[in-house]
Amino acid sequence: MSFVEQARVHPETSARFGDFHPPLERQAALAEANRCLFCFDAPCAGACPTHIDVPRFIKKIASGNLAGSARTILDANILGASCARACPVDVLCEGACVLHRYNKKPIQIGLLQRFAMDSLHASGAPLPFTPAADTGLSVALIGAGPASLACGAELRRRGIRAILYDAHPLPGGLNTYGVAEYKLPLIESLREIEMLSQLGVEFHFDTWIDAQRLADLEGEHDAVFLGIGLGAIRQLGIPDEHLPGVTNALDLIAGYKSGKLTQVPPRVVVIGAGNTAIDAAIASVRLGATEVHIVYRRGPEQMSAFSFEYEHARLEGVKFLWHAQPTRFLGGNAVEAVELTGSITLPADLVVLAIGQETQPSLSQKVQLDRGRIIIDRASGQTSNPKFFAGGDCINGGREVVDAVADGKRAGIGIAAWLEAKLARI
Amino acid sequence: MRAFDAGWGGAVWKTIGEPITNVSSRYSSIDWDGRRMMGFNNIELISDRSIEINLQEMAEAKKRYPRHVVIASLMVESKRDTWHDIVQRAEDAGADGLELNFGCPHGMSERGMGSAVGQVPEYCQQITGWVKEKARTPVIVKLTPNISDIRMPARAAKRGGADALSAINTINSITGIDLDTLQPNPNVDGKSSHGGYCGPAVKPIALNMVQQVMADPQSALPLSGIGGIANWRDAAEFILLGCTTVQVCTAAMHYGYRIVEDMQDGLLGWMAEKGFATIDDFRGRSLPTVVSWNQLNLNYQIVARIHEDLCIGCQLCYTACWDGAHQCIHLDRTSPAPDTTLTPAMVEAEAARRISMTPIPKLDAGSIHSNAVTPLERIPRVDEHHCVGCNLCSLVCPVEGCITMERVDNGLAPQTWAERSAAEPVRS
Repeated sequence: MSFVEQARVHPETSARFGDFHPPLERQAALAEANRCLFCFDAPCAGACPTHIDVPRFIKKIASGNLAGSARTILDANILGASCARACPVDVLCEGACVLHRYNKKPIQIGLLQRFAMDSLHASGAPLPFTPAADTGLSVALIGAGPASLACGAELRRRGIRAILYDAHPLPGGLNTYGVAEYKLPLIESLREIEMLSQLGVEFHFDTWIDAQRLADLEGEHDAVFLGIGLGAIRQLGIPDEHLPGVTNALDLIAGYKSGKLTQVPPRVVVIGAGNTAIDAAIASVRLGATEVHIVYRRGPEQMSAFSFEYEHARLEGVKFLWHAQPTRFLGGNAVEAVELTGSITLPADLVVLAIGQETQPSLSQKVQLDRGRIIIDRASGQTSNPKFFAGGDCINGGREVVDAVADGKRAGIGIAAWLEAKLARI
Repeated sequence: MRAFDAGWGGAVWKTIGEPITNVSSRYSSIDWDGRRMMGFNNIELISDRSIEINLQEMAEAKKRYPRHVVIASLMVESKRDTWHDIVQRAEDAGADGLELNFGCPHGMSERGMGSAVGQVPEYCQQITGWVKEKARTPVIVKLTPNISDIRMPARAAKRGGADALSAINTINSITGIDLDTLQPNPNVDGKSSHGGYCGPAVKPIALNMVQQVMADPQSALPLSGIGGIANWRDAAEFILLGCTTVQVCTAAMHYGYRIVEDMQDGLLGWMAEKGFATIDDFRGRSLPTVVSWNQLNLNYQIVARIHEDLCIGCQLCYTACWDGAHQCIHLDRTSPAPDTTLTPAMVEAEAARRISMTPIPKLDAGSIHSNAVTPLERIPRVDEHHCVGCNLCSLVCPVEGCITMERVDNGLAPQTWAERSAAEPVRS
């Protein structure tokens, strides 16, 4: 059964989380593609962590070579469809567009990329790459999120076996379970991974890798890639934090995306003001909450959410309480309110913690860390332990899907180069 | 009559002759960068309605608009009596002038009319002569561009006694081929035929031919300019090369007679700004500045200058100069010394090695900067000692005024090729 067939998305969720940015029609895409200046050494491509050759794929849309456009995207970024929707383009490619300095309106690169990728998917054509001849080498990849998927794709294109292990029943990690549904539907993430798996990437789902299992994998494979992400959402460490009705943003988002959660109670309080907090707050609105507050211990200047995310939340009716820190939770059998500094009591039927994730030290014993992040050589992804490579949130502290893809891609190329050099020495 | 209401002073009623049967479809076009109909093509013949009906309606239009000029465009068999007859009938219907269609490149030419006449100066002269024997109103000969030297039929028409010329008629064309069906356009039951090309794309060709005719004393007559005229700017350009009137067709077919208002408004505004009271004040003003190449000053020197404050860093000038011109624009403003050896391939390879990440406010405090100012390393530098002044960079630059071509005083007195080759016979 395909990944898409295994997914159980609630129809009501799909309806409530319609496209935030609707796709471009063919003629609109053509006009927008023709607006692109076709810069040399384009800043948009430089700003993209995966260095998609943006002007090239856009000019292929303009010339009507849609298959070539999608191939250009996928060649640099095997999750090009997901990134087209999930990327914060305002601070990446579109933020770098030279038109900001001219007539001010940047090219809608994200929507054009989606247009090219949607066209490829609609055409039913296979992935435009094939695995290289088998080298007899194999790599274990821990986690099946964007970093491991990108790494695995590079390995397969070089004839190296890529075996991915993930604790979830479906692949994609946060790409599947963690991106707001109105940006990237779970189904679309799975559809793209389905295509990628044509390269012969192997998956082991519902598999938790502990230290012992990791040691075994190290022995069985020629290299190990750690795409393990970050750990659980941090706790506040205040009284009654374990009351029913206190949850965390990742569980909330994964819950509604996978169809397990279809509604929330009327009053929701989200603690934290990062992008994940915004996603959780907007999701609460869409899931039926009538009053959603974001509570943040500092002011709007220190908020780690992008400003466009903040504006989006305000448009959805989310209210912000600045300089407010929870001191304890109130309630009997379930949470009823949050007490904030200054003895303010904020009624709440559901409290969502979104104050960042812990790192995952259990699997990190084999490699050196720096403030909880695995230290790597940025160009190759290699850790302090030569047989271990890493990428994604576990090395960059928690960034975007596109950063994880870029890390994974560099690591895939790095692993192949390291193994090749090792073989050459024998 | 809608055109007259919109503000045009006259119309050419085209084309009257023995009615023909037209095909469907009849038109095709080319789009450019998402804009429709940059070039337009037709395989339509002359009027498919009878001479009687055309002339009756012309008489009716003249009755309603007596102060507007109606020119009858005529195309009939190459027989003296036939031409005499149609001239008489058109003038009886009230035509203020006659335009002889010697230019239509498709269909009618296969029957010995249109450009089949225009391409043979002798026929052109003869038929013009026949018409002049009969005509009481001015006779305009419409020239075909589908000929090596448009001055030949122009001179013939003048010899035949023409009062005026009009140019250009449409250019032979096949606009394109459908890559799914492999069928050229326009499609007539699985077949196509070459047609007449017009619209904005043909304007430069038309301007050149207008200049050729008007600069040739043996050709020059009052000339009605035709070819890609869509707005007042186009009209002004044709008049600056000596046209007495201009004709518009494709633009009205594209947008309707709404275009007339700005043709008038814009032209009058420009004339006021330039201090021209009448059309005659600027007619032909640009004509003397078009000369043979051998009359150009070989010692005139300009170089490109990039205005850093306007540069948006697209680097189109850099790639154009490297790949399409003289390799004298460089990306070395942040290098310790000028570096003219850095090729586009090296720049791209360096860019591919760079590692970039999504800037996250919390993780990257202080390193997030605005995109409002172009970083110095993206602003190209012109090597003025090697710049040949070709204009290419200033043409590809998307920002108006960002690259200007500026005169360099090289201390040399003006000298043309004609002067140089006369002084020291033929060297380089």
